[in-house]
Amino acid sequence: MKDTGLVKIDLIFEKIDVKELLIKAFKMSDEAIVQEVITSGLKGRGGAGFPTGLKWKFAAFEKEQEKYVVCNADEGEPGTFKDREILERVPEKVYAGMAIAGKAIGAKVGIIYLRDEYRYMLPELQSLLDEFHKSIKEIGYDFTLEYRLGSGAYICGEESALFESIEGKRGEPRNKPPFPTVNGVFGKPTVINNVETLVTALMVVKIGGAEYSKMGTPDSPGSKVFSVSGDTPNPGIYELEMGMTVQKFVDEFGDGDTKAVQVGGAAGFCVPRKRFADTIIGFEGVPTGGSMKLFNSTRSMYNVLHNYLDFFVEESCGQCTPCRVGCQQLLKGISLVKKGEIKATYLNDLSKLAETMRLASKCGLGQSVGNAFNSIVDNFREEIVY
Amino acid sequence: MYQLGNLVQELSDKYGRDRASLMPILQCIVKKHNYLTDEAMVEVAKELDLSAAEVYGTASFYSFLDTEERGRFVIRVCRTISCSMKGKEDIMQTLEDLLKIEVGDTTADKQFTLLETNCIGWCHKAPAMLINDMPYTELTEDKVIEIIKEYMQK
Ligand SMILES: Cc1cc2nc3c(=O)[nH]c(=O)nc-3n(C[C@H](O)[C@H](O)[C@H](O)COP(=O)(O)O)c2cc1C
Ligand code: SF4
Ligand code: FES
Repeated sequence: MKDTGLVKIDLIFEKIDVKELLIKAFKMSDEAIVQEVITSGLKGRGGAGFPTGLKWKFAAFEKEQEKYVVCNADEGEPGTFKDREILERVPEKVYAGMAIAGKAIGAKVGIIYLRDEYRYMLPELQSLLDEFHKSIKEIGYDFTLEYRLGSGAYICGEESALFESIEGKRGEPRNKPPFPTVNGVFGKPTVINNVETLVTALMVVKIGGAEYSKMGTPDSPGSKVFSVSGDTPNPGIYELEMGMTVQKFVDEFGDGDTKAVQVGGAAGFCVPRKRFADTIIGFEGVPTGGSMKLFNSTRSMYNVLHNYLDFFVEESCGQCTPCRVGCQQLLKGISLVKKGEIKATYLNDLSKLAETMRLASKCGLGQSVGNAFNSIVDNFREEIVY
Repeated sequence: MYQLGNLVQELSDKYGRDRASLMPILQCIVKKHNYLTDEAMVEVAKELDLSAAEVYGTASFYSFLDTEERGRFVIRVCRTISCSMKGKEDIMQTLEDLLKIEVGDTTADKQFTLLETNCIGWCHKAPAMLINDMPYTELTEDKVIEIIKEYMQK
């Protein structure tokens, strides 16, 4: 196990000459750009962690004339606010990352899907986008971006639901395959990446894939922006090298009384104190799209789990039965156990239900409810029951 | 109820009449009139050559495309974990007392609607809420009173 310790990095928010970087990138061949991103080992920062270079390569391979780059700025995972911060501080880097992705795969159009909760930023973002369009034209490159807004649905962060929403429909996830690189928005080959992924890819082109991959661990190369909240004296945004243990994280951000850290939001995992030292934050341990929430000993983990289940009941799109009914049953189940109206062993049945949801649900929402449910119930059973 | 006038036509001219224009059009109507009436949805359906059921089915999927009457200022208090840990209940109570309504309701003068919503991306500055597009963070009871009084003057 390699523990990198807690190392602060300044890559995402670093102010750079975007135009100069674009001029350099547009002189590279499409293949060379894709190869740099593959070499970097960058994995998607939106949560699922698919290798970004490979995604670009698949999309580049498609023969269609019309292709799209989509930026996922729906950021709905509880405890995540880094994409808002990135868009607020370095939007020009997001636009440039999209342009480079567009060049690499042969797309002339990009769409940024911004959650409605962030609409207040739109006037500023749009005027910066107008400037960006001007400057990219000066370089002599043909690429246009536009904003589309969400309307308060967490599920629209799931890529295929997001496409449906852009197409003017209910945000209900599609079956996969076909994958977005073959059949994405408007049925065309599409690269969809998280806001942070796009900025990271831009910086990979700047510093080189090999250099980037020197940071982090073999399974989780690079650095990542973390959104830190909950019981901590220092809530906020931190860019850190990947591969630290939860213990190192708690040493830095805890309030001295941390009993659990929820890594990855409501869809993520709860790590109890006894596992802090041997759990790596990253794809080899507990992955995260950035959400890091600390709980101290005054918190009831029952309330935490209840709040997460409320969230899922509310945000399940209702399209498939395991998720729609499963979320409701889990919520009802823990309330019954808490009230003593049913035996504590019922929690075992609920854990099995959560596993069934993982296998039988259509999309990542239903598939990941079991992460939080089982990791909280397994580690804090007495708090759920009594 | 509100008068739609030529709004749907104007928006369709601006955004186009294909299916992908549906969301931006509905969003603009909500921004202007706070919610979608049946008449508005029927009008949009006609303009975009869709069935009214399609339009309603789409609108009703999205929690920010309200199909029930809403006030001029829609307050959405975050109820997700960070805000809930940092005193969201007290904030809600203060708002209910100030506006003399319960969550889900609209004031009689149709100025304010009080709702809950899920994480709005300000967890490090919890508790947080939105009033229309504007986020308000690190809320305290005093701060909420001040903010609402300001809106009452608008
Ligand atoms: C329920 C659900 C919600 C999601 N929400 C987001 C989101 O808000 N932002 C995001 O970037 N990815 C989100 N994702 C992941 C996307 O489906 C997709 O994997 C991601 O946008 C790909 O970009 P990346 O490879 O750069 O991470 C979500 C997935 C699921 C299942
Ligand atoms: S798993 Fe849940 S959110 Fe995903 S498609 Fe099924 S019902 Fe919808
Ligand atoms: S939990 Fe309230 S803003 Fe995130």
